Amino acid sequence: MDKHLSTPGTSRRDVLRGLACGGLLLAVDLPLGRLAVAGENAPAVFAPDAFIRIAGDGTATLIMPQVEMGQGIYTAMTMLIAEELDLPLGAVRLEAAPASDALYGNPIFKIQATGGSTSVRAYWTPMRKAGAAARAMLVEAAAKRWQVAPASCETRDGTVLHTASGRSLPYGDLAAAAARLTPPADPPLKDPKTFRLLGKTQTRLDIEAKGNGSAKYGIDAMPPGVKFATLASCPVPGGKVKSVDDAQARAVPGVRQVVVLDDLVAVVGDHMWAAKKGLDKLAIVWDEGPNATLSTDSLRAAMHEAAKQPGVVVKSEGADAQPGAPGVISASYELPFLAHAPMEPMNCTVHLRPGACDVWTGTQVMTKAQAMAAQAAGLKPEQVTVHNHLLGGGFGRRLEVDMIDKAVRVAAHVDGPVKVVWTREEDIQKAMYRSTYGSWLSAKLENGKPVAWRHTVVGPSVIARWLPPAFTGGIDIDAIDGASDQPYAVGGFHVEYVRHEPQGVPTCFWRGVGPNNTVFSVESFIDRLARETKSDPLEYRRALLGANPRALQVLNTAAERAGWATPLPPAAGGRVGRGICLQTVFGSYLATIAEVAVRDDGEVQVRRLVTAVDCGMVVNPDGVVSQIQGGLVFGLSAALHGQITFEKGRVQQSNFHDYRVVRIDEMPAVEVHLVPSTEAPGGIGEPGTTTVQPAVANAIYAATGVQLTRMPIDRTLLAKGGRT
Amino acid sequence: MRGSTKRAALLAAGIIVVAGAAVLGRMMFLPGPLDFAGGHQVSLADFKGPSPTGVPKELANAALLERGAYLTAAADCQACHTAEGGTPYAGGRPFKLPFGTLYTPNITPDAETGIGRWSDADFLKAVHKGVAPGGRHLYPAFPYASYTLMTDEDVLAIKAYLFSLAPVRRQNLPDTFAFPYNQRWLMIFWGMLFNPDHRFQPVAERGPEWNRGAYLVEGAAHCGECHTPRTPFQAMDTRRKFAGGQAEGWNAYNITPDTTSGIGGWSPEQIEAYLAHGHAKGKSVASGPMREAVELSFSKLSPSDIAAMRSYLQTVPAVHTSLPAAAGPAPREHGATVADNLDGKRMFEGACASCHAWSGAGVNSAEAQLTAKRAVNDPSAANVALMILKGSGPQVAGRPYMPGFSGAYSDEEIAAVANYVTARFGAAASKITPGDVAKLRLE
Amino acid sequence: MVKLSINGTVHDVDVEQDTPLLWVLRDVLGMTGTKFGCGVAQCGACTVHLDGTPVRSCQTAVGDVGDMAIVTIEGIGATPAGAKVQKAWMDLQVAQCGYCQSGQIMSAAALLAQTPAPNDADIDAAMAGNICRCGTYVRIREGVKHAASLT
Repeated sequence: MDKHLSTPGTSRRDVLRGLACGGLLLAVDLPLGRLAVAGENAPAVFAPDAFIRIAGDGTATLIMPQVEMGQGIYTAMTMLIAEELDLPLGAVRLEAAPASDALYGNPIFKIQATGGSTSVRAYWTPMRKAGAAARAMLVEAAAKRWQVAPASCETRDGTVLHTASGRSLPYGDLAAAAARLTPPADPPLKDPKTFRLLGKTQTRLDIEAKGNGSAKYGIDAMPPGVKFATLASCPVPGGKVKSVDDAQARAVPGVRQVVVLDDLVAVVGDHMWAAKKGLDKLAIVWDEGPNATLSTDSLRAAMHEAAKQPGVVVKSEGADAQPGAPGVISASYELPFLAHAPMEPMNCTVHLRPGACDVWTGTQVMTKAQAMAAQAAGLKPEQVTVHNHLLGGGFGRRLEVDMIDKAVRVAAHVDGPVKVVWTREEDIQKAMYRSTYGSWLSAKLENGKPVAWRHTVVGPSVIARWLPPAFTGGIDIDAIDGASDQPYAVGGFHVEYVRHEPQGVPTCFWRGVGPNNTVFSVESFIDRLARETKSDPLEYRRALLGANPRALQVLNTAAERAGWATPLPPAAGGRVGRGICLQTVFGSYLATIAEVAVRDDGEVQVRRLVTAVDCGMVVNPDGVVSQIQGGLVFGLSAALHGQITFEKGRVQQSNFHDYRVVRIDEMPAVEVHLVPSTEAPGGIGEPGTTTVQPAVANAIYAATGVQLTRMPIDRTLLAKGGRT
Repeated sequence: MRGSTKRAALLAAGIIVVAGAAVLGRMMFLPGPLDFAGGHQVSLADFKGPSPTGVPKELANAALLERGAYLTAAADCQACHTAEGGTPYAGGRPFKLPFGTLYTPNITPDAETGIGRWSDADFLKAVHKGVAPGGRHLYPAFPYASYTLMTDEDVLAIKAYLFSLAPVRRQNLPDTFAFPYNQRWLMIFWGMLFNPDHRFQPVAERGPEWNRGAYLVEGAAHCGECHTPRTPFQAMDTRRKFAGGQAEGWNAYNITPDTTSGIGGWSPEQIEAYLAHGHAKGKSVASGPMREAVELSFSKLSPSDIAAMRSYLQTVPAVHTSLPAAAGPAPREHGATVADNLDGKRMFEGACASCHAWSGAGVNSAEAQLTAKRAVNDPSAANVALMILKGSGPQVAGRPYMPGFSGAYSDEEIAAVANYVTARFGAAASKITPGDVAKLRLE
Repeated sequence: MVKLSINGTVHDVDVEQDTPLLWVLRDVLGMTGTKFGCGVAQCGACTVHLDGTPVRSCQTAVGDVGDMAIVTIEGIGATPAGAKVQKAWMDLQVAQCGYCQSGQIMSAAALLAQTPAPNDADIDAAMAGNICRCGTYVRIREGVKHAASLT
């Protein structure tokens, strides 16, 4: 099963070395971990399914299908399996799964992908079942040996016990016998009331390695003999190399090679500095192609033009709210292009040789990475081994494999392994982007309440490219998520989707995905309706949530914790306000209340964010809090600073000095309150992010009377005496 | 009474006329570039000792093109005659003046759009007299009032070098001056009054090094064009030589030997390091146009020439201007003057302290020190704001890099952090406004 | 040849004087705990100590280091402040993706070595140069205070 990781004929030592470079060093560094090697078909290994290995010495290994990019999934998945298997958490070693959709496809996507806040939702039952099946087989093996009924045995801390006779056997002693049994089809799962681990905060398994520099990310891969490269693609998307003068670059000490491809130029050197100096010395003439005139204005105008076209009907129930009809209120909301800017810049290390290719990187999509490398190298996928690593941030950027394509094509011209590292400027300017999105909303009001609602979502379909089987009937299920299932009772309900791909700009997912747009627009529009009817935004929402008790509960919790009814502390200029966001996407219920102060010059200070979360049953409570805290900051960066703009086809931002993200001195006080729940688990990676922009915009609306319909915040609209 | 009143009025009018004429005369008749030095200005032929013109002795046996390349660097032709991202010497760089925008011309040897058809005489006339072929009078943004001191031989060496370059076809752009500034013939009078129009005349009583420095500083390097204040007629006010001027929004500081407002407190090593490398430790880092001058010109000059320029600069009359002496090290905490500037503090913490340190002492390189730096102690904060807006220019290996923040921060924020920096680390708090920053943004 | 003292060990490296310390650590010496994030001293991921002062190694030329003692994330646990910060980071589960945390810990350790009981303003001043894209700032702030309270 795992021939890529454990090549026959090589010594264990070689395998260990190879794996150490392949991202599993984490396991080495875990306090209780020792490197495990899957597929070493040692006789006594009990491998009931693709995920669990129990060796004769008792060590248990989890073959981890999901990737760790900060969301804590290594810990959560291990908790799921250790719970049902009755193993101490620290006794489970982790091993990154090799590329295989068949064995390790995410049950929601059907491909081996980590994203969309799906991991716990997808694996909550399968992982527990895997653990329960393995436990049942170990119990059966012990019962057979002792000649007792399996039901009279119990398990604890990696041991099967028969209390009546006082006998016990560790799992390791049973591994060989259990391996000969047939896994049960439907093993019973524990009653949540008896959980030892689930729902109780556990220490992250990766925490120590991430505090002492030993955690290995893709950019840390160091295969023996590796050279270092950096690259420049055309500053205009889709452009090509016309000519290159590399004489000065080659003269830089430490530069080994200049690789000129159709669409990019790379400089290979003894270290990144040599490569970068070389790159700076290249004189490249680009053929900029058809996108050389793109600008933010032209792209925005095209989206507005698209919005005038009829869309695909997603939902059509009851009365309609046509813009311009009597009693109908309309508004539109827009989001800008954004870069992901994960702290670990794009990188990929490749060793390409005849008939084989090794790729060291951190990717959210193992099999896509393998397929892309194979395509770029002219190999079959099974000839490519992807050594996955910890991800220094994903946020959706590493759901794409464009960087793997580029690195493999560069490596095709390099003798031996080469690590291709993007400069931050390249990472931001030649990337794939969160697209602009727009929402056009209308509501017909009677007695202050909506009796008809119309929502047209305008944006690209990333799904159509990324997961084609999920794109059916012309509807992008991500783009309309949060529009077609918004939580309020609004009477007649019409939702349309207009697919609009921004010309020339490659677009992809970004933390919070489609609901960034839909939640921002729905929640802003609800505030607009509340203001039009002179209602309190909290009461207005409550009145529309009759049939949605979970939504109502998080809303009430947040309002109570934030002190909705209490006066706000004053600020210079006197403009302060609270704003609400309620959302029910990703299977989780979140309400956030933002407090802002707006100065006379339009500067906005976000003082406090209070979020109540009901994400169903929780695996690791502190992990949930951590994800929500982080998601809030990610959304706050977008609200306060985030935008990628284009001029003459070029991205105008380049690094963290002009593509700003929130720093610690801009941080509001953050409070996250978990609402206990026995419902099915929901996602928690994305929701924190989507909740911020509407909450902050609504708080500004309350403070100033100005409703911001576009992000990021335009201070000139908020300055006293400024334009309106 | 009436008679005496009339007499008094006439007298007053007479005084005004005479005084006005004197003032006007003073403005029109300025001292020559070396007049401050006293002694006798003699012809080159009469000067005893090695000639102060040409190339330094290290290049004495160099071929014409090599000499031309050196002198072209010394005259820093490239800085002005290259557009951003354009081919060197192909022109097109805009100069935004109060009267309109001027674009530098193409001086590659392209016959149609460059100077390929110019004769030696054409070239000499342009460089010495500011008159292009066809009698077109050049604006003194082209520093012919300095270049006029250069010998024919040196000017023609520059021409030879320029003619050795690949011709670039790039059409010159018309300037956007409005009436009356578009009347180029007016420059005839300007030239008559303010162009010395003679070749370099060494001072007999001074040594070869001083005279070599004078030749470079006053002629090729045309330091006074930025560092000497201008009269209302836009001539260099040679009575206040090197007391400080302006260049593209940047303050070109006082480089006279005055100890507080000038460079009188700099050691010879500091002055030479500044010229050759753009950094005098604890004093100043060359930025903006001066950074270009260092990159393209001074860094390419021989150590003997750098020493000669320094030796000359140290002898010009000290002029005391309003620039305060630099403050000492900054306190660990900011004081009351900046306590209410929270935007400036927030920006400084996030975007500046990484390199400049919370104390302003600089962490990553000596260049990053803010305290004691000339620009930080300039209460106008113009250069601080420009540095924040534009950064240190392209990343060049071997010297620290500062990105420009114009795209990320508003005029209000940049004004706030500039005022924070001067208040916290400088001699006097600046009060630069968002409006000032908006103007600097356009430079 | 440049001589560098890193975490108490002297290394001779054959690089140009202008090479940033970051790339010598990572690419020449294989000490990958110090991270590359921006290359222009805007993110703090590459923070190391030179004689106890936190510097951005991406903008520190090895030629300028001289005989100053370099301490990196791999060696910071041997200092009293560094050990406290590392413990506090574990206690409060600060890291998410963890990529910026080497730099965060180096900045925090330098802060505590200088200011044993920092207030919020001290923390802002010392930590605002370190970006965390996962948004762990809430815990970084708590982590610094917790580290200060450890004995």
